[in-house]
Amino acid sequence: MTNPLLSVRNLQTSFYTRDGEVKAVDNISFDLEPGETLGIVGESGSGKSVTSLSIMGLIPTPPGKIKGGQVLFGGQDLLQITDEQMRKIRGKRVAMIFQDPMTSLNPFLRISRQITEISELHLNLTSKQSRTRAIEMLELVGIPDAPNRIDSYPHQFSGGMRQRVMIAMALSCDPQLLIADEPTTALDVTIQAQILELIKDLKARLGTSVILITHDLGVVAGMTDRLGVMYAGRMIEYGPTDTVFAHPAHPYTQGLLRSVPDPYEEVEELYQIPGLPPDLSALPPGCPFGPRCPEVVAKCQTQPEFVSVGTDHKSACWLNAVSTVQERKEIERD
Amino acid sequence: MLQFILRRLLLAIPVLFAVLTVSFFLVRLAPGSPFAEERAYPAAVIAKLNEKYGLNKPLPEQYLNYMNRVILHADLGPSTRYPDRNVSDVIVQGLPNSMILGATAYLIALVLGMGAGIIAALRQNSGVDYGAMAAAVLGVSIPNFVLGPLLVIGLSLSLYWLPPARWGDFSHLILPAFTLSALYTAYIARLTRSGLVEVLRSDYIRTARAKGLRESVVLFRHALRGSILPVVSYSGPALAFLLGGTIVVEKLFLIPGLGNFFIEAANARDCFIVVGVTLVVAVMLLVFNLIVDIIYALIDPRIAYK
Repeated sequence: MTNPLLSVRNLQTSFYTRDGEVKAVDNISFDLEPGETLGIVGESGSGKSVTSLSIMGLIPTPPGKIKGGQVLFGGQDLLQITDEQMRKIRGKRVAMIFQDPMTSLNPFLRISRQITEISELHLNLTSKQSRTRAIEMLELVGIPDAPNRIDSYPHQFSGGMRQRVMIAMALSCDPQLLIADEPTTALDVTIQAQILELIKDLKARLGTSVILITHDLGVVAGMTDRLGVMYAGRMIEYGPTDTVFAHPAHPYTQGLLRSVPDPYEEVEELYQIPGLPPDLSALPPGCPFGPRCPEVVAKCQTQPEFVSVGTDHKSACWLNAVSTVQERKEIERD
Repeated sequence: MLQFILRRLLLAIPVLFAVLTVSFFLVRLAPGSPFAEERAYPAAVIAKLNEKYGLNKPLPEQYLNYMNRVILHADLGPSTRYPDRNVSDVIVQGLPNSMILGATAYLIALVLGMGAGIIAALRQNSGVDYGAMAAAVLGVSIPNFVLGPLLVIGLSLSLYWLPPARWGDFSHLILPAFTLSALYTAYIARLTRSGLVEVLRSDYIRTARAKGLRESVVLFRHALRGSILPVVSYSGPALAFLLGGTIVVEKLFLIPGLGNFFIEAANARDCFIVVGVTLVVAVMLLVFNLIVDIIYALIDPRIAYK
């Protein structure tokens, strides 16, 4: 195996609120190989975005705080370097696009200013060079008539076009890693497909590694090499996307996959996982999914280990450790 | 844009007409007469004076005469309080002093207020923030007739640094300008702080930080524009009242400004000066609000006037 581009080790990020400490990200580890796409799925509040903001060093402090772990990027721990060093990585080597293109661009500044400032800063281009570069980037992401539209303001663009601008901005310094935090959630379905196709295409052309954060399983299926499933701030399953889809090891992942409607099957009612996501400030001991799990057993009162269940495939569930009926009975008794 | 400005100027005409009418009747219907002084004049003298200023005619006729004079002859009328001058003379004499004082106070308020607001927003919930905002509450709550004498006692009568009153050179400007600016400084500081705090939390600031921009660039290029909009809209009415003469401060520091003339005139039932000064303030309010709307459009590209 090559050296991973990004290696997140035991990342812990908490927010300190009036209700006490909220462990938004609790002991997460994963690797990302160069050129690979990692999907992170989970429901709202499962810690997907906090994970990506922690990697970027953009957690608002206070109330947030990265309590521990490592974010090794190209062998360098991003949590240990100075703000100044981090600024040189942000936008240049790691870029990010956000969920809502309607609010993520500065409404007061021209598109040209917002794109050129990044290449002027990181690539030391002159304003003329960076303008040429910005037009190239806009053409690359499929903005028609880019030389004329570059001086528009964001409100003169549609949502899909704005997300294209965000992508152009993010990719203008040829980053090694692109973090896309729900890049299509705020867009309508046809535009979603276009944007995903664009990310896929650019990734292939530029060789960028991508972390794709989404709660849409359909999106990760077609886009990602590996998949991490998050629940209540923890990663509960991680493995090659094909494997996770074919043999989901964790009851939560199984439940998620069951709730995706099958277009070939006629059903009266769609499946849903019973219950609600837990309150992160008052987590029960043991497995956070326990209260909603259809296969909960006595042993689930203690926190399950994140263990290997196959080649490169890990899961955090006590059921993964059992292979015989005898063993299963044992954990049920515990 | 030009069309928008023209339309707003046209719309100002009926507004000013209404201001003149309402203020004229309010002043004329108030009890008392310009010539009812302690030292009573003989009835014949009063009748003669009333006739001279046209105050012996029925009220509707007085009104028509007055409007006729203002609109057709651009003449704001004579002054009963200052018989040697007419209202225009009084305004020409008082307005520049008021404007100098008001503009200085506004500049102080803008610089100190925005400075304090920005620092407070950047150090949100720190000692500096709480200190600045406590000072702002103090600034809003201390009336200027308390603050002014306190400053005079401290800086003039104890330390002899600055003249306590009167009007002349720059040193005379400092105390009244600071007294006048306190309320506005405090208000601008609070507006700037809350505006900036909100903008700093917004998605596009997160984007700017994700680009690796320096905090100074994030602040000055990305955050400040959006956060000064509340200050801009507050500045319209604030400037109109500051430049149009301030009664308490001008009285306190014996400044020959419009506010001082206004209060003298009101006490002497000089209806022409009162209506005239009211008109000046109304014009300023309209003009500054128009300027605010234009500046708004220059700052925020999403606003387009048709």
